[in-house]
Amino acid sequence: MEKVVRRYWPLFVVPTLAAFIIGFIVPFGQGLYLSFCKFTTISNAEWVGWDNYIRVFTDDPNPLVDSLWFTVAFAVVSIILINLIGFLFALVLTRGLRGTNIFRTIFFMPNLIGGVVLGYIWQILINCVLSLVEQPLLALNSTAGYWGLIILMCWQQVGYMMIIYIAGLQGIPDSISEAAKIDGASSWQTLIKIKLPMIMPSITICVFLTLTNSFKLFDQNMALTNGEPMNSTTMLALNIYKTFYDRVGPSWKGLGQAKAVIFCILVVLVSFGQLRATRSKEVQQ
Amino acid sequence: MKKKTKVVDIVLILIMIVMAASFLYPIIMILFNSFKKEIAISTNTVFELPTKETFAGIENYINALDSKGFFDSFIYSLFITVSSVLAICISCSMCAWFITRVKSKITSILYYLFVFSMVVPFQMVMYTLSKTADQLELNTPWNIWIIYLGFGAGLAVFMFTGFMKSIPLEIEEAAMIDGCNPIQTFFRIVMPMLKPTLVSVAILEAMWVWNDYLLPTLVLDIKEYKTIPMLIQYFKGSFGRVEMGPMMACIMLTIIPIVIVYLAGQKHIIKGVAAGAVKG
Repeated sequence: MEKVVRRYWPLFVVPTLAAFIIGFIVPFGQGLYLSFCKFTTISNAEWVGWDNYIRVFTDDPNPLVDSLWFTVAFAVVSIILINLIGFLFALVLTRGLRGTNIFRTIFFMPNLIGGVVLGYIWQILINCVLSLVEQPLLALNSTAGYWGLIILMCWQQVGYMMIIYIAGLQGIPDSISEAAKIDGASSWQTLIKIKLPMIMPSITICVFLTLTNSFKLFDQNMALTNGEPMNSTTMLALNIYKTFYDRVGPSWKGLGQAKAVIFCILVVLVSFGQLRATRSKEVQQ
Repeated sequence: MKKKTKVVDIVLILIMIVMAASFLYPIIMILFNSFKKEIAISTNTVFELPTKETFAGIENYINALDSKGFFDSFIYSLFITVSSVLAICISCSMCAWFITRVKSKITSILYYLFVFSMVVPFQMVMYTLSKTADQLELNTPWNIWIIYLGFGAGLAVFMFTGFMKSIPLEIEEAAMIDGCNPIQTFFRIVMPMLKPTLVSVAILEAMWVWNDYLLPTLVLDIKEYKTIPMLIQYFKGSFGRVEMGPMMACIMLTIIPIVIVYLAGQKHIIKGVAAGAVKG
């Protein structure tokens, strides 16, 4: 069978592969190359070696390192909050309460609304709260910007993670919970000793998703604060975007591309590192 | 014992109601404000309901609809989403089948490339991708799906291969012995079995493409074509003074179709997301 199928590769593989080459392989390769160049368009690229990478850490009005710390501070808090709230919701909604389906529907809904729209909705809301308590608005208030982003991301992602946790909790065989009950385990003990270990795969997925989402966050960041005030709420992706498109002159695009390569390596390392770390805690079912 | 559980349940339901209300509130707030007159909307009156004096009827909606090309944007977004999702579902499932059924160095390299592309952030390729798209003239809503197929292939191939590993080879072999060629085998035997995963992939990719802002902004010619997220951003960004009323009306107009689709297909959507995540 394999031999017969193999002959059909032009039909089965080529369409996806061609698009993949256009949409990913070529831009990725060019991107790597351009990070070592000075350029305004691809055709006038001029090789400058490691210059751009050195400049990332020395000569830059909006240092990547600042954005990195902001992103990490954001990621840590939002990952914990989103997963905790999502898991609690999932626990409550697997008890067979009345109205479970309605609650589930409502909690999941913000996921379907795009990041840009969400950003503006929350900008309007948060600015109103700030003006009522007589605090500076988002454009001048980096603390509010930070917490605003966290609230926004919780609002958007809690429902998604909740769905995954619900699926995980429902996948625990009844016999195990029954056995625990007969052995006299309290509901707290069942939670810690039975449920948590049994849903480790769900936790892996949810932490992975929230982690990569936080690191790659762009739309919400741009729409809610756009990095204001003074770039203090600029996350990594927005920082790179601004280096590319908000500055005029031949020296910035190369710098932006070098930042993008560093960002890419960082995201790849963090995601695979996280997968390995939590995978090792999973139990065999 | 039984009575105690009941009390806990009631408290939990109450907490859930409060949480659900706070989840809905931002959207309801926009809905209220989209019916206010332009003068009545300012930063600190957002929480107030429209009154007789400030009620504007559907004026904002009319403004949003006729002045800023909302219909065009809606059609572009719809076409881009549908064409991209169709292309991804058909093309990537075929590719994934080939990768799982033909074992060779090339197919396993391909598989790892696809997985790798899932993790790479868009900023890494955004500049070069927009230039490549310009060169190949893939910069209109009618053919941007090729770009989406390329950039979205990673997740789709990954999910399809994950499922295909679990379907027994014997069924396909039997079909081939009965005289099906690989094309028939794939479309008549494999595709039907793939249905749940197809739904998951279609939902995840549709959520991504419909809401995507940066890729169409960089790839499409912004003066000619705006997708819905681009339109919202344009509303916000390009005026000295933001027209809050029409903007909120516009936000509502983009949310309403999504909510309708969601309520109509929520069982599939929620199941699809859960199933997709488990395989991921």
